[in-house]
Amino acid sequence: MPRTVAAIGTDAVAEAMRQINPDVVPAYPITPQTAIVETFSQMVADGRVESLLINAESEHSAMSAAIGAAAAGTRVMTATSSQGLALMWEMLYIASGLRLPIILANVNRSLSAPINIHCDHSDSMGARDSGWIQLFSENGQEAYDNTLQAVRIAEHPDVKLPVMVLLDGFIISHSIDRVDFLEDDKVQKFVGSYTPEYPLLDAKNPVTWGAFDGLYGHYFEFKRAQQQGMLNAPAVIKKVGEEYGQMSGRPYGFFEEYHMEDAEFAVVALGSATGTIREAVDIARCADMKVGMIKLRMFRPFPAEELVKALSGVKAVGIFDRSDTFSGTLGGPVFVETRSAFYESPVKPLMSSYIYGLGGRDLSFDLIEKAFAELEETARTGKVKERINYLGLREGEVE
Amino acid sequence: MALKLKDLTKNKEWLTGGHRMCAGCGAPTAVRQILLAAPQDTNLVVCNPTGCMEVSTTIYPYTSWRASYIHSAFENAAATISGVETAYNALKKRGKLEDDFHFVAFGGDGGTYDIGFQSLSGALERGHRMLYVCYNNEAYMNTGIQRSGATPYGAWSTTSPFGSESIGKVQNRKDLTAIVAAHNIPYAAQASIHNWRDVARKAQKSFAVNGPSFINIMAPCHRGWRYPMEKTIELAKLSFETCIWPLYEVEEGQWKLTAKPREKKPVEEFLKTQGRFRHLFTPENKGQIQIIQDFVDREWETLLKRCGEA
Amino acid sequence: MTWDYSDMGKWSWKKHPRGAVIPKAGTAHDYKTGGWRSQRPILDKEKCINCFFCFIYCPDTAIIVKDEDMKGFDLKHCKGCGICAHECPKDAITMVDEIKAKQQDESASA
Ligand code: SF4
Ligand code: SF4
Repeated sequence: MPRTVAAIGTDAVAEAMRQINPDVVPAYPITPQTAIVETFSQMVADGRVESLLINAESEHSAMSAAIGAAAAGTRVMTATSSQGLALMWEMLYIASGLRLPIILANVNRSLSAPINIHCDHSDSMGARDSGWIQLFSENGQEAYDNTLQAVRIAEHPDVKLPVMVLLDGFIISHSIDRVDFLEDDKVQKFVGSYTPEYPLLDAKNPVTWGAFDGLYGHYFEFKRAQQQGMLNAPAVIKKVGEEYGQMSGRPYGFFEEYHMEDAEFAVVALGSATGTIREAVDIARCADMKVGMIKLRMFRPFPAEELVKALSGVKAVGIFDRSDTFSGTLGGPVFVETRSAFYESPVKPLMSSYIYGLGGRDLSFDLIEKAFAELEETARTGKVKERINYLGLREGEVE
Repeated sequence: MALKLKDLTKNKEWLTGGHRMCAGCGAPTAVRQILLAAPQDTNLVVCNPTGCMEVSTTIYPYTSWRASYIHSAFENAAATISGVETAYNALKKRGKLEDDFHFVAFGGDGGTYDIGFQSLSGALERGHRMLYVCYNNEAYMNTGIQRSGATPYGAWSTTSPFGSESIGKVQNRKDLTAIVAAHNIPYAAQASIHNWRDVARKAQKSFAVNGPSFINIMAPCHRGWRYPMEKTIELAKLSFETCIWPLYEVEEGQWKLTAKPREKKPVEEFLKTQGRFRHLFTPENKGQIQIIQDFVDREWETLLKRCGEA
Repeated sequence: MTWDYSDMGKWSWKKHPRGAVIPKAGTAHDYKTGGWRSQRPILDKEKCINCFFCFIYCPDTAIIVKDEDMKGFDLKHCKGCGICAHECPKDAITMVDEIKAKQQDESASA
C-alpha cells in the first residue's frame, strides 16, 4: 500500500533514495541539506539499503567520487546545497561532459557573501549552464516524485545526463508536509536496473575515461553531442512524467498552468513560492482579477517553445526570480530566458522581472498582491512601469 | 621473496609505447616498474589527476593504458579513485561482479603535494583499498616548470626564478611521505626509479595491503631540472646517494630504511649536475649550498632516528 | 573490442563514443613515436649479458625481451633518449645518429 506520511522535505528525498537503493552515495554535509545525508546514513547503518556511503572530505571530492563511481558502472546519488554546489562547480561540468547519469538533490540556499543559510536559488541558477538537467519542486511531495523520475530521465539512452532535483532550503527541506510514498517494489520496477555504458569495471574490456582532446580537436563535436542529450530530454521527461502519473496519480510535465485559460496577466515562478502564489491567484480571482500562474518545473532544458505558447494569450507577465544575474541591466535569470524565448514570437506580452526572497526573505501575500496590481495595470495601459523590481526589499528612507 | 628482473620481463606491461611523455622522462619508468610488480591475476583501474602523464598517455583516440583508466580533474585523483573502489565494493556486495581489481592513482607532485592534497588526505583517512603513487619530479612540469611544494630550496623554476633579490625557491620542500605516514595507513614508502628492485618490492607490498598505500617515487625530469636526458636514472641515484631522497618505508607504523648509501655524498654532487641549481655555484651564493646541506642533514638525522638507526 | 578510428578526422559529432570515452585499451600502441628520435640505440649482442637493466629503465616500453633474452628495440616507439645505453653495464648499446642509421638502412635494403 502507498503510505501517506507527514514528512519534512529532506526525509522525502531520503526516502526516495532508500527506495531507489543506489549503489554508491558520496556526500558531504551542509546546511540545509544535512538531514538528507544524516537520514540516509542511518538507513545505511540500519541495513535498510544496500548502498555504500562515501563520507567525502568536501563537496568537490563528493562529486569527484560520484564521477569515479558512475564511470565504474554504478548508480550514484548525492545531495548538497549552496556553497557545496558552488564547490562542486568544476566537477558538475565534468559529470555532464562525461555523460554520467548522476542524481543530485540540491537544497536551494543563497550563496555567500555575506554568508546566509536561507533559501534562494542563487546556487542552482549558478549551475544552470553546467549541462545538468534541473527539475524544481514546489514541496516535499514533488521533491520525492522528481527524485524517482530523475533516475529514469538521467539514465535514458537518448539523454545520459546528470539530473539535479531542486528543493527550497528550509521552506521545503525543513517543513513538515503531507507526502505520499509509493510502495518499494513499485519504485524498484519504475526505476528499473541500470545498464552502464563503458564501465571501468569490465575486466574484459578496459576503457579510458576522461581522455585529453588537446591535439586532434574533437571537443566541439563532443559538446554538440552533449547538447543533443539536452535536446532529447524533453520528450523523455514528458514520457517519464506521464508514466509516473499513471502509477502514482501525479502526472508531471515541463510546467503546470494555473488559471491560464482566460488569464489577462500571469506570473511565472518556480519552487516553493508557487504554493503561495497559487493561493494569491485564488484570492485575486475572487476579486475578479484575471490572473494566472505558470509553475516552471523543468528549467534545464528550458521549455522555450511551450512556454511561449502558454504565455501568448496574456498581455503582461511578471517573472519571479529568487536570484539575480548581476548583469546590471537584465533582471533575474528566469526573466532573461523567458524574454529571450519570445524574441521570434509575433505576440509578445509585456514582461517585468520580480526579484524576491533573496537570503530567505519571505514572500508574503501583500508582496504578491502588489505585483499583481502592477501587472494588471501594465496589461491595462500597455506600459511597463519598472522592468526590474525588487519585491520585499527594504527601500524606504529611515525616518 | 627473491625478485628477479628476468621474471619481471615476463609480466604484463600495462603501459604501451606510443605515449607522448618526453624522451627520457622518469615518470613512465616509475609507472612501468610499479605496475610490472602488480599481481598477475588481477585487473587494474588506473587514475591520473590532470598533469604530464594524463595529457601524454590519453590523447584521444590514443590511450597507452591497457588497464581501465579514469581522469577527471587536477585536485581529485584520490577522490575519483575512491569512488571507483567504492563502486567495486558495491557491485561485489550485490554479487554483480566476479572479477578482481586493484586501484592505482599516479599523481605528479603538483597534483599530490599541493592541489590534490586535501582529497588525498580524505581518501587515506577513509581507508580505501588503493595505491597512490606520487611520481615526483619536484615541480609543475606540465605547465612549464613552476615551483610546487616538492620543489627544493634554491631550485630555479619559472615561478621561483633567481634574480638580484632571490636565490630561486626560498622555501624548503615539505615532507609529504612523513605527512602521509602520519595518517597511520598500512603502508607508505619513498622510492626512486634507479632502484627497480626496491620499487618492485614496495609495489608488491602495496598491492597486498587491504587499505590505502602510498609510494612517493623520485622520477627526474630533464626538461625541468636541466640535464641531458640519458642521465635520468643516474640523477635519481644521486638524489639517493646524497640522502636528498632516502629510501624507506613505514609499514604498520614501523619506520625502516630499505637502502642506505655506502657513503653519504655531499649535496653538491647532486646540485652541480643540473641547470636549475647552476646559479648557486657563484661566489655570492656560496653559503646557499651549505644551507641545503644542513637541511638535508637534519632531515636525514630525523629519519635515521625514526628508523632506529641513530 | 574492435574500434576503427582510422578516419576519425572526418567523423561527425554523432559518431564519437559518448563522453569522449576511448572504448579500447592500449590504442597508443598504434601511434609511432619513433620519429622523435635523433639518436638510435644499436645493440651489440656479443656484449649483452641479459641483465635487463635497459628493459626496466626504458620509459617507452621499447626494449624487446623474449624468453629471457634481450632482442633489441621497438623502433616504432623508441624515442632515442639514450637511457638504455647510459645504464647498460656492459656498454652493449651505443647511440648512433638517426639520420645516418636510416641512410644505412636504405642502402642496405636497396
Ligand atoms: S642493459 Fe645491456 S647487458 Fe643488460 S640486457 Fe640491456 S643490453 Fe644487455
Ligand atoms: S633509447 Fe630510450 S626509448 Fe629508446 S630503447 Fe633506449 S631507453 Fe628506450
